[in-house]
Amino acid sequence: MTMQEIIPTCSVDIFDFHGGIHPEEHKTDSNQQPIRLLGLPPKLILPLKQHIGAASKLHVEVGQKVLKGQKLADADGPFSVALHAPTSGSVVAIDDQLIAHPSGQTDCCISLIPDGEDKWCELHPCEDYQQLSASEIQTKVSEAGIAGMGGAGFPTAIKLAPSNLTNIDTLILNAAECEPYITADDRLLQERAGDVVAGLDILIQVLGVHQCLIGIEDNKPEAIQALRKALAGKNIRLCVMPTKYPSGGEKQLIKLLTNKEVPSGRIPADIGIVCQNVATVAAIYRAVRFGEPLISRVTTLTGEQIAERGNVEVLLGTPIDWMLKQVNYQSAKVERLIMGGPMMGFTLLHSDVPVVKTTNCILAPGPKELPLAPPAQACIRCGLCADACPAELLPQQLYWFSRAEEYEKAEHHNLFDCIECGACSYVCPSAIPLVQYYRHSKGMIKQQRENQLKSDQARERFEARQQRLERELAEKAAKRKQRAEAAAKAQAAKLAEAEKEPNPAVNSVPKAVIQEAIDRVSAKQTLAAEKVDLAELKLAWDKAQAKLDKMFDALDDAKANNPEQVDKLKRAVEKNQMRVNQAKTAWQKAEKEQLSQESALSQTNSAEIAQASVAKGKEKPDLAALALALEKAQSKLVKMEDALAQAADDQKEKLTRAVDKNKVRVEAAKETLEEAKQQANIDSRDQADGGKS
Amino acid sequence: MSIVFTAILALLGLAIVFGILLGFAAVRFKVEGNPIVDQIDSLLPQTQCGQCGHPGCRPYAEGIAAGEEINKCPPGGEATIQALADLLDVEAPALDAEHGEEKPKTVAVIREDECIGCTKCIQACPIDAILGSAKHMHTVIASECTGCDLCVEPCPVDCIDMVPVDNGLAAWHWDAPKPLNIIATDSASYHGAESV
Repeated sequence: MTMQEIIPTCSVDIFDFHGGIHPEEHKTDSNQQPIRLLGLPPKLILPLKQHIGAASKLHVEVGQKVLKGQKLADADGPFSVALHAPTSGSVVAIDDQLIAHPSGQTDCCISLIPDGEDKWCELHPCEDYQQLSASEIQTKVSEAGIAGMGGAGFPTAIKLAPSNLTNIDTLILNAAECEPYITADDRLLQERAGDVVAGLDILIQVLGVHQCLIGIEDNKPEAIQALRKALAGKNIRLCVMPTKYPSGGEKQLIKLLTNKEVPSGRIPADIGIVCQNVATVAAIYRAVRFGEPLISRVTTLTGEQIAERGNVEVLLGTPIDWMLKQVNYQSAKVERLIMGGPMMGFTLLHSDVPVVKTTNCILAPGPKELPLAPPAQACIRCGLCADACPAELLPQQLYWFSRAEEYEKAEHHNLFDCIECGACSYVCPSAIPLVQYYRHSKGMIKQQRENQLKSDQARERFEARQQRLERELAEKAAKRKQRAEAAAKAQAAKLAEAEKEPNPAVNSVPKAVIQEAIDRVSAKQTLAAEKVDLAELKLAWDKAQAKLDKMFDALDDAKANNPEQVDKLKRAVEKNQMRVNQAKTAWQKAEKEQLSQESALSQTNSAEIAQASVAKGKEKPDLAALALALEKAQSKLVKMEDALAQAADDQKEKLTRAVDKNKVRVEAAKETLEEAKQQANIDSRDQADGGKS
Repeated sequence: MSIVFTAILALLGLAIVFGILLGFAAVRFKVEGNPIVDQIDSLLPQTQCGQCGHPGCRPYAEGIAAGEEINKCPPGGEATIQALADLLDVEAPALDAEHGEEKPKTVAVIREDECIGCTKCIQACPIDAILGSAKHMHTVIASECTGCDLCVEPCPVDCIDMVPVDNGLAAWHWDAPKPLNIIATDSASYHGAESV
């Protein structure tokens, strides 16, 4: 009550939000001393992702010298912010380093060793920034790499983008700082209220709003005084609210100041409101007025383990262990460092992680100050959590669903409206870590959604592939059909032509060549006739006989299984029988002749032998040529098979046919060669015989 | 007597009216295909891995719709079995070990300097997630790969590895709290708290 006597609340009504709690504040631990400047640490570690959205795009290389304020990384798309060098020095590494994250994992960071000169790059201050257009200011804010400094790290430039500015009528400065221990905004307002108000002026100008409210809890009297002084004569309303956690929650603050509720799953801009954090607004002023990028921030260092509690202005990227050393930190038996406040912060798993844009507090509590939660007990269904929930959810129901992994039901009970403020866990008499359950469930639901997205994508791709395969098959079949038709047509045309002209081929070849060929053939025939061979004839007969036997088998088979084929086969057998007979008679004839020749041969004179050897000589190159042809055909076949192995699907068919053809050719060549060789052998034998005789 | 006739006529009239209505509805609101297959298919993980013995997820969905067991999908694991059991209103059985075990998600990675460009893996991939052409190096589109490992077997030089998926921070989420112990002194964290 005394507080309210000192500071009269503003004229506007302050409304109330559901639930909320009143934890021990511990604000005076750290808000009594002025903001100290911490010097240059030996090394700065700058994570590329210090905000919500996409990681920044690298702009520097290892070994590069950079000046203070120089851009190290660009914003990668609208949902990203730039990153600047907090001091001059050289980039020594760009690699994965431990970062301040509840998982204790690593992420890509730029390591910078300061050169101690702290030399600024060229800045672009703007004295008459009131003349700048909204988009110019938005560009300046975006270039300065400003992201929400209250803890969420939402890229500020998005909130100022003209496309998002339709229907915005209210700007709210969130100076509630409701979380216990943290006094960074409090101290900033006490010392730099002018910057903050100037920043608000810029925002009012950009957003074109006609209402600007400042929400601040009544436990910061000095800050309220400072604001009052800075606000003199301005059309900005200061709304002092009773202290209640979590009045600094965006939706809760809006409810407190305007009595409007942000619908589930929507953002304040949907009801015409934009909220900004104190430190963010101050950074916007520095960026627009002086062209200074966001390279440092005010952070509260508090907790029993820290001797010199208070607020420090620290360069982004400063390792937390170095920072703690500067304020006489006594490590407890069980070291426990919390980034953020005791309600919504998380325990740091490593103390050498760097300060980032969202680090508003480092809490080093003593063992008695903030004891670990006692073991959880069974829920007694007291309902205190539902009374405390500022989002008007049913924490108990959410707890059951989360525990039973019934995520769908939890979602139906608006799990995603939970702001994870920890009020339910704070009041739970069974010390159930409720928020932890909700966080886990949210993570699982998000993962399931991602999996669902991925599986839908996979299904689409699978179906597309099936369609493609079917289409290809159909195309292939159509092509094959077309080709068969074309071949049939060509065949028919050829036949027709052949009927018209009895021997068209002869006409097209010069007569002399034909005559020559005929001569050659007849010569060969006479030669061959001279050497009609018994063995060959016998072979032919045997072959024909074997074929006939096979045919008989086939006929029997057909009689048993395939009566339609019997007639055909019978005819074939008859033909073959004829052939066998012919072969037999030929052989018999030849045998007789041979006998008579033998006697004649014994009287053959040497001239005849010479003649025979000449004929043999003529034959020899033929043999070589044949061997060459065979080799060529074989090499071609091999090549073709290679080609087939590499060929694409649509070419395969063609090539297979080509290979088959070639195989036949090779076989033919082989046979001819064999025949020629046999002939040659016979010749030489004949010769030998002749020689002997 | 006339009452009986009136009753019969009235019933007949009603029967005709409703018969026409039903007949119309049967034609007008006819459902093409079996909608339950779509619902089952949407619950399956779409790895198209064939571990269930069907050539893809949809055929298995059709199999389930025809009365097959719902525990043959190792990539989906317990979660999928539970979802299917909820949908079909049956008891959720344990995963059938005959079809494989539930493994952490993996993604195929081609050791690119060893790849000979034979295109066999490309032909094996059910979702066209491998890029490359004959005699040229192939590579897997990691964001599309479902980790079905169908490409591993056909590779003549064994240059495909199945690597566990690690999305790092983006995929991280909070662990579930440890189950509560009714008797406080049994709890490990209780001893931890004491020693502090």
